[in-house]
Amino acid sequence: MSVKAFKLALAAVGGLALSSPVVMAQGQNEQFIPLLSYRTGAYAVNGIPWANGVSDYFNLLNERDGGINGVKIAFEECETGYATDKGVECYERLKGKGATGAAFFNPLSTGITFALTEKTLADKIPIITMGYGRADSKNGAVFAWNFPFLGTYWSAADIAMQHVAKEMGGEDKLKGKKIALVFHDSPYGKEPIPTLQVLAKKYGFTLMELPVTHPGVEQKSTWLQIRQNRPDYVLLWGWGVMNGTSVKEAAAVAYPRDKVIGVWWSGAEPDVLPAGDQAIGYKALTLGQSGAGEFAVHAALKQHVYAKNKGIAKDDFAQVLYNRGMINAMLGVEGIRKAMTRYGNKPLTGEQIRWGLENLDLPAERIKELGFEGMLTPVKITCNDHEGARSARVQQWDGKQWKMISDMYTARQEYTEPLVKEISSKYAEEKKITARDCSKPE
Amino acid sequence: MGQFKTSYAKDMVIFPIRQDRIGVYLLLGFALVLLPLMMAFHVPPFRTDYFLLAILLPFLILSLAAIGVNILVGYCGQISLGSGAFMAIGAYMAYKFGTGISEIGLPPLPIVFAILLGGLSAAFFGVLFGLPSLRIKGLYLAVATLAAQFFFDWVFLRVKWFTNYAPSGSVSAPELKFFGYLVATPVEKYMVALIFVIVFALIAKNLVRGNIGRQWMAIRDMDIAAELMGIRPLVAKLSAFAVSSFIIGVAGALWAFLRLGTWEPLAFDINRSLELLFMVIIGGLGSILGSFLGAAFILIVPIFLTVLPAELGIPITTGTVSHLQNVIFGGMICCILIKEPLGFARLWQIGKEKLRMWPFPY
Repeated sequence: MSVKAFKLALAAVGGLALSSPVVMAQGQNEQFIPLLSYRTGAYAVNGIPWANGVSDYFNLLNERDGGINGVKIAFEECETGYATDKGVECYERLKGKGATGAAFFNPLSTGITFALTEKTLADKIPIITMGYGRADSKNGAVFAWNFPFLGTYWSAADIAMQHVAKEMGGEDKLKGKKIALVFHDSPYGKEPIPTLQVLAKKYGFTLMELPVTHPGVEQKSTWLQIRQNRPDYVLLWGWGVMNGTSVKEAAAVAYPRDKVIGVWWSGAEPDVLPAGDQAIGYKALTLGQSGAGEFAVHAALKQHVYAKNKGIAKDDFAQVLYNRGMINAMLGVEGIRKAMTRYGNKPLTGEQIRWGLENLDLPAERIKELGFEGMLTPVKITCNDHEGARSARVQQWDGKQWKMISDMYTARQEYTEPLVKEISSKYAEEKKITARDCSKPE
Repeated sequence: MGQFKTSYAKDMVIFPIRQDRIGVYLLLGFALVLLPLMMAFHVPPFRTDYFLLAILLPFLILSLAAIGVNILVGYCGQISLGSGAFMAIGAYMAYKFGTGISEIGLPPLPIVFAILLGGLSAAFFGVLFGLPSLRIKGLYLAVATLAAQFFFDWVFLRVKWFTNYAPSGSVSAPELKFFGYLVATPVEKYMVALIFVIVFALIAKNLVRGNIGRQWMAIRDMDIAAELMGIRPLVAKLSAFAVSSFIIGVAGALWAFLRLGTWEPLAFDINRSLELLFMVIIGGLGSILGSFLGAAFILIVPIFLTVLPAELGIPITTGTVSHLQNVIFGGMICCILIKEPLGFARLWQIGKEKLRMWPFPY
């Protein structure tokens, strides 16, 4: 072996030793928060602004407040590429890091959420899936460790249909109409179907289900079907490059863009900008009260993070998904803060943080204090309700920015709740989970 | 000097070299006894279960799948791009058998039978999609097997029966009870995978040494000559497809049950097929050992490259790391294939031969 090769081998062995989980010099007074993200692949356009929002918010807390109640936040990003097996690998890598292990996971992928749901249960780590994930995990009695904050896909489906009914001029007008659902053919895209089926039965419209195969750049046949069948509205459940492609294809078959309503994951700037003027008129839900724009917290970010050149966002600053990443980070942090009121101001375990998340209560005043006024509605999590809030508005793209065109809608639980009960109890039965008794305080 | 054999039987054992034999026993002893013990006492690198769950478990299962691919591609010379599909058939059919098929009144079967039946189902469809191999070969056959990949991707996405009508299309493994013993902890999962791999590697090794393996290799080296020598291409080729798909199917079921727990068809897409093919090419075509080496390389090197910058404290974003990892890993594959086109198994063989000639290797 030549000297050079020997040196290389030595470096490799050294690196291997370093990478083994033994060497994990971490501060003892740090709360470790893993960040599963994707900055590469077909979903990176959406994954990047979201991850930037999350990490900027953690940086803000570290810079401005010295962490959470004096406990610094240590966070580490792991690239999943939106792939389930890579997500599982990231989870295994990060779950035990830090003084007390991972605080919570937020994978920003419904597929990874499905795979992690059982693993987090065994490892006692909460999983926050704000605006995505398993819709039936709203039922905290069965899904103790899952927190689909601010809205599940079933809530989203109901809100989208409420808006369709309003535009048509009343719920009775839905009768005999045709609604198409163009969805990413994965657990994510399939989630809203049960709710839409319930609503179709109730209001007498027909539901066309049009799946789009991952990654979603090939949609010609889907939109050909739309051209042939002329549905009255198209609901879009896409992600990543699929969104932009859908908007372009809608234009290609001359389907009116203002009859296309995207879910809150299909309503960000990267979804419409590639389509240019063709996207004008396209509508999408917001998650919570607002989408893009600067609020009080952004001023704080500029002062404490960007002034010190520590921010990582560029054009995406204050964009829809960037803001959503921040809200996501804030809810998790507030969960930790809540848990600290019970367990003390020190790094906490996932199990302790789970209690904090489940008892999270953010009234309007507290949201204002945090600088998020105008970004989300009050949130109150209980054992029975891990969703906490289920409101959204509709926004429309005018070619330059998203404009709010509706008031707040709140999902009607009379349609979603029976489904939550049915499907979560089926899951509990399959997995032999005994539902907790939510009337008993913990 | 040297080891001399005094009987034919001794010359025909699996590991004719004594050092090899001892090495394998040591390795088995380590994997079966020492490693679980290290895990139980949290000896580094087993302080956390990361090494076991994220490295060893997928390594074992992918090695098993690579053995399956190697039988078809390496031993029988039939290029297949449908391995991901056969893994998916194994996974979904094992799931169906494991949760019971109410349409024909079949109760949930014990998990071992479910996994083996998943493998058998994969073998059935492997033979079916192997039929074109009787007429076409080489790249044309690769394209025909690609059809299997896309067809089964579609089937498991769209035919709701396979997912027990789950609204999300995502299915979750049944309770992992092996002969009444509930497998839940990382070590238990590892042991189950290990036992499957040992049993199937042994079977595969013996198959390729025996009559049928020689038929496969004859077909691979020159099918017309093989036919003239009395080997029936139909039997040889289809048996290779059956055995290969069976092993790949079992690996698919293990991947779904032990590694993922909950999965969707995307877990077995075309990338998985390509990955398995690269494993056997880099590890060494026509070598059981090569399957293990290739699986280790393809699985571990990217993870290592991803973790390295952060551990060395180099401040680059995860996105850049991911891109860099692709570039470096791609470069490594090119270098290895240029330096040693026959893969790691060949390197191992050369090294072994030189050692036998030691101290005068030539």
